[in-house]
Amino acid sequence: MRWGRRGADAPATATLPRTAVELRDVTHAYGDRTVLADVSLTLTESRIGVIGANGSGKSTFARLLNGLVVPTAGTVLVDGLDTRTQVRDVRRRVGFVFQDPDAQIVHPTVAEDVAFGLINQAVPADEVARRVDEVLVQYGLDGHRDHPAHLLSGGQKQLLAIAGVLVMRPQRVVFDEPTTLLDLGNTRRVARVVDGLEQHVVVVTHHLDLLAGFDRVLVFEGGRVAADGTPAETVPWYVARSG
Amino acid sequence: MLSLYRPGTSPVHRARAGLKLAVLAALGTGLFAVPRIEVVLAALTGVLAAGLLVARLPAGALWTQVRPVWPLLAGLFGVHLLLTDALTGAVAVLRLLALVLAAAVVTATTRVTALVAVVEWLLRPLEVVGVRPARVGLMVAMTLRFIPVVAERAARIREAQAARGASGVRLGLLVPLLVQVLQLAHTLGEALDARGADDVPARRPRRT
Repeated sequence: MRWGRRGADAPATATLPRTAVELRDVTHAYGDRTVLADVSLTLTESRIGVIGANGSGKSTFARLLNGLVVPTAGTVLVDGLDTRTQVRDVRRRVGFVFQDPDAQIVHPTVAEDVAFGLINQAVPADEVARRVDEVLVQYGLDGHRDHPAHLLSGGQKQLLAIAGVLVMRPQRVVFDEPTTLLDLGNTRRVARVVDGLEQHVVVVTHHLDLLAGFDRVLVFEGGRVAADGTPAETVPWYVARSG
Repeated sequence: MLSLYRPGTSPVHRARAGLKLAVLAALGTGLFAVPRIEVVLAALTGVLAAGLLVARLPAGALWTQVRPVWPLLAGLFGVHLLLTDALTGAVAVLRLLALVLAAAVVTATTRVTALVAVVEWLLRPLEVVGVRPARVGLMVAMTLRFIPVVAERAARIREAQAARGASGVRLGLLVPLLVQVLQLAHTLGEALDARGADDVPARRPRRT
């Protein structure tokens, strides 16, 4: 486990694996308020958790990974692509699941919403239909394909949001507090979905149970990475520190 | 429209959305152009047959659409009784009833995306002046999607205010609702970016 390190694990570009996310001296500020300060990381693990108090910079960190937020200073590279200049390519590689599914379901009915990202990518209609059917079955939503999204339960809405991202077959998926609004049953359901993904996953969460079995956990504090290690190393440290 | 679509495989369901909307428009024009009771009754019978027998929609689904306009229809008939005569009133009321039912049949048998695609097709001539039909179509779909979401948030705010003793203060709803809608819009903007809305093609992909 590494505490309060800055920049020490950022290798030179020549040695950086192509399949990695790299943050180089990243700082981000909203106006005068700095929310991330001089963060340098290389993310190669398949399962990465991100924890920390509210306002610690977790969500901004997550948004940096697919170019929703561009750093005020520094560089974010996804598989060698710069989020500042190659954001469309980055977003095709990195899917993003938000905390509130209501804010990311854009079409009135389930199947139409799942198809949205594929239509944006100009995927042929036959393939759109096939891939939509595939993910609806995969996430247990096939019985709801023509149902209005606003009539789904909270858990079903989050599964729909996840399906809408995964149908685009990203190589990585970032989850920003995906279970915060869910009950226990739905939290476990979403956790099983995350566990079953073949993609590289970054999960920002307050539900520490979700991180069991993860490869690496980053603890954010005051816009910096305060601890970085396995769940067994970082989670108890974070819990103790949170009082 | 928000939650009216009822999946099915009937000829009405399978008919092109553009054709259904064209028939709806023609019916509306025709009924106003020929205000005769036998024409109106024939149209009403045809619409009911298309909805109940051909599309096999449940009567309750059509009644759900008629119920909100029922007072309006009754009031209209009453005005005609006072100002004209019962036959003219019946024509006016049955004509509106036929159109409401026809619109209900169209929305119950047509996916929103198909209706949006028609809107996009209609807007294509405006591409030359810079209008992006896919963007307008997305806007229409999102409007339909977010009406119930905003209504739900308004209901939550009302409940929260009521729980803290507020009652009947409608204006007090506006500011918190506006704040929530702006927050929702911000996240929605991010979600659209994340899902590639920037890449929206000029036209929908066709079946191969």
